[in-house]
Amino acid sequence: MLWLLFFLVTVIHAELCQPDAENAFKVRLSIRRALGDKAYVWDTNEESLFRAMVAFSMRKVPNRETTEISHVLLCNVTQRVSFWFVVTDPSKNHTLPAVEVQSAIRMNRNRINNVFFLNDQTLEFLEIPSTIAPPMDPPVPIWIIIFGVIFCIVIVAITLLVLSGIRQRRRKNKGSSEVDDAEEKCENTITIENGIPCDPLDLKGGHINDVFVTEDERLTPL
Amino acid sequence: MAQAPSPGPLVDSCEDERPRWDSKFQYLLSCIGFAVGLGNIWRFPYLCQTHGGGAFLIPYFIALVFEGIPLFHIELAIGQRLRRGSIGVWTAICPYLGGVGLGCFTVNLLVSLYYNTVLVWVLWYFLNSFQYPLPWSSCPLDLNRTGLVGECQGSSPVSYFWYRQTLNITADIEDSGTLQWRLVMCSAACWAVLYLCVIRGIETTGKAIYFTALFPYLVLTIFLIRGLTLPGAVEGLMYLFTPDMQILQNPRVWLDAATQIFFSLSLAFGGHIALASYNPPRNNCKKDAVTIALVNSLTSLYASITIFSVMGFKATNDYRQCLDSNILSLINEFDFPEQSIPRDDYPAVLMRLNTTQPDRVAQLPLKACCLKDFLDKSASGPGLAFIVFTEAILHMPGAPGWAVLFFGMLFTLGLSSMFGNMEGIITPLLDVGVLPKGVPKEALTGLACLASFLLATCFTLQSGSYWLEIFDNFAASLNLIIFAFLEVVGVIYVYGMRRFCDDIEWMTGRRPSLYWKLSWWAVSPMLLLGILLAYIVLLAQRPPSYKAWSPQHEQFPSREEKLYPGWVRVICMLLSFLPLLWVPAVALAQLLAQHRRRLKDTQPDTSMKPEEGRGC
Repeated sequence: MLWLLFFLVTVIHAELCQPDAENAFKVRLSIRRALGDKAYVWDTNEESLFRAMVAFSMRKVPNRETTEISHVLLCNVTQRVSFWFVVTDPSKNHTLPAVEVQSAIRMNRNRINNVFFLNDQTLEFLEIPSTIAPPMDPPVPIWIIIFGVIFCIVIVAITLLVLSGIRQRRRKNKGSSEVDDAEEKCENTITIENGIPCDPLDLKGGHINDVFVTEDERLTPL
Repeated sequence: MAQAPSPGPLVDSCEDERPRWDSKFQYLLSCIGFAVGLGNIWRFPYLCQTHGGGAFLIPYFIALVFEGIPLFHIELAIGQRLRRGSIGVWTAICPYLGGVGLGCFTVNLLVSLYYNTVLVWVLWYFLNSFQYPLPWSSCPLDLNRTGLVGECQGSSPVSYFWYRQTLNITADIEDSGTLQWRLVMCSAACWAVLYLCVIRGIETTGKAIYFTALFPYLVLTIFLIRGLTLPGAVEGLMYLFTPDMQILQNPRVWLDAATQIFFSLSLAFGGHIALASYNPPRNNCKKDAVTIALVNSLTSLYASITIFSVMGFKATNDYRQCLDSNILSLINEFDFPEQSIPRDDYPAVLMRLNTTQPDRVAQLPLKACCLKDFLDKSASGPGLAFIVFTEAILHMPGAPGWAVLFFGMLFTLGLSSMFGNMEGIITPLLDVGVLPKGVPKEALTGLACLASFLLATCFTLQSGSYWLEIFDNFAASLNLIIFAFLEVVGVIYVYGMRRFCDDIEWMTGRRPSLYWKLSWWAVSPMLLLGILLAYIVLLAQRPPSYKAWSPQHEQFPSREEKLYPGWVRVICMLLSFLPLLWVPAVALAQLLAQHRRRLKDTQPDTSMKPEEGRGC
């Protein structure tokens, strides 16, 4: 008798949980892709943990606080590691509506992922879209910060160069106003032959004789 | 030098001592920095790839030997001898040819405007590289935060970041859109950096060039070492360098080689003339010309090895991803265990499944994955730097660091080329004496940079990149070739081969050999004429069009090919021909001035003759 009851129960369960059944969801795990060498084997213990997590999610929904682990049915477990699951009501005759299950899973998606060390891409609930994490926008975009730094450095450097150029020119003007450089100007002629200037060989080799210059300074007390 | 009797001494602008290079190395580095630019990184590898790999090196080196080096030598020689910028040099050689100098100056100005805009884009990417994850690694969320932005999903995050978040491009060139304030800010920063470096002419660029010219080589080496250790790099190198000798029969290959050498050495800009004008008069410009040209070409080769190894890595990566997505589809459909189909077994498994369950396999979105297809995907210009290479960087471990290095390298490469451009603009202005005596050089450079910045803001409009393409295709190409031709003809035929050889003998101590004489006299002018004719024929063959990024296009993300509207075509023509008008305009002006002088003179004087007999 008991054996018949057990058989009946499994048959009913089998009917409730089937691929493409009403209110059933397919789940696909990619454990090796996520964890590589540290991948664990998917066995019945992991399955019961999954059922516990789904039950936990359903218990958070108002009016469904009495969901037990036994209400979550798994079927068609493949080597891919993919399977279908449904959540039944306490009477175990009907399945809970897909909308409720979907919203429950979405609310607790993060915790389910963390239990299995997976993420939204490696623990896929087909037909349950994952909520996209809000973007981490820093208050000031990073590029503006770096731009500000570079621009300030450049402006400061330009200002320094311009100021030093002005100072140099003032110093040169003070120095050259005491020397009579009119003669110097006339001596630096460049002969033109056929329209092309020929540089005299000693033009660039000329040095200013310091002794000569200081003598001039002494001799022009105007 | 025994010459015809001259009209007497002329007082030169002897009050200003011409600035001088601190050392020969600084001068060489400046010329190399000017010649080596973005084209060496993103044009040469593309040409190598599309024109038969290693076989392209043959027309390239022939063009280098018979066109690049002789023209380059002429420019350095006249700059060094006459010690003037481009305008002064041509006025000195022959006043009737003064228009050549003015024309080169104008083209230089136009090119500086748009070349710096590319640097603005590079700077924007550089500033955005200091974050993890990189902003072009994933699509942003749409306004409702329910999904990813549609335009990004339809194309790719990298393309979206380039076309939308950088350029914010419009779908048509007629639709100018608004100024992009981010690009305007970066443009201000770029011109400020440039001003900082050229503020006192070669005094400041000479210091800056040590960093900007050497840093790219360091980064290229780092990338080469990293690139060669990436998976798939060697296959990429072997495939891309394998010569295909058949391609040499295509005349387009020879044309591309000649133009690449010409633009790669930055000839006819007036920049090299300006840089050489600061040399001591007795300097071996022949050795300089050969050295710089060879360094430029070897840099192109070095860069293409780096680029190809990274492209090979990217192609292998894409190929593996393609295979993996196919394998995943199969595994998911048939519920095989994870990682049960290695990549090598995929074709066999697919065939087996196709014979046993063809209907299920047919439903799957399987793509055809072929490594050769991925390797054949080539890109040049901004497409290579901002889309293809940035995507490759995403897959390297430590991506932000590589992005910072890469865009830093591009920025310094472009900056050192801009130094040469700015010298080509500022030196002639200084020589002509545009500003009154008391005004310092810093003011002139500041004015030039400010004016250029204001003019270049038109490239920061939403349609800016379309306009940049127009400037790149029309303002530079035809004009420069014609000016280079006039340069050779002017120096060799108008000024005189014998006189020029005498000058070179005076400067270098040795007379030019037969190779130089033959190249200058016949080979280079003929090559330039050939290139010019080929260019005009190609232009005339099909109406100029552009590729627009239009999300509404049916074949999005492929770009839509559109023809230029009438008013844009008029602008293209103006850009191509206006700089050339300087030549006849100045010649005419000189003729009129001569005529008036002859009429004014009451007595026929012998002093008039030397001006006529100057060789013009």
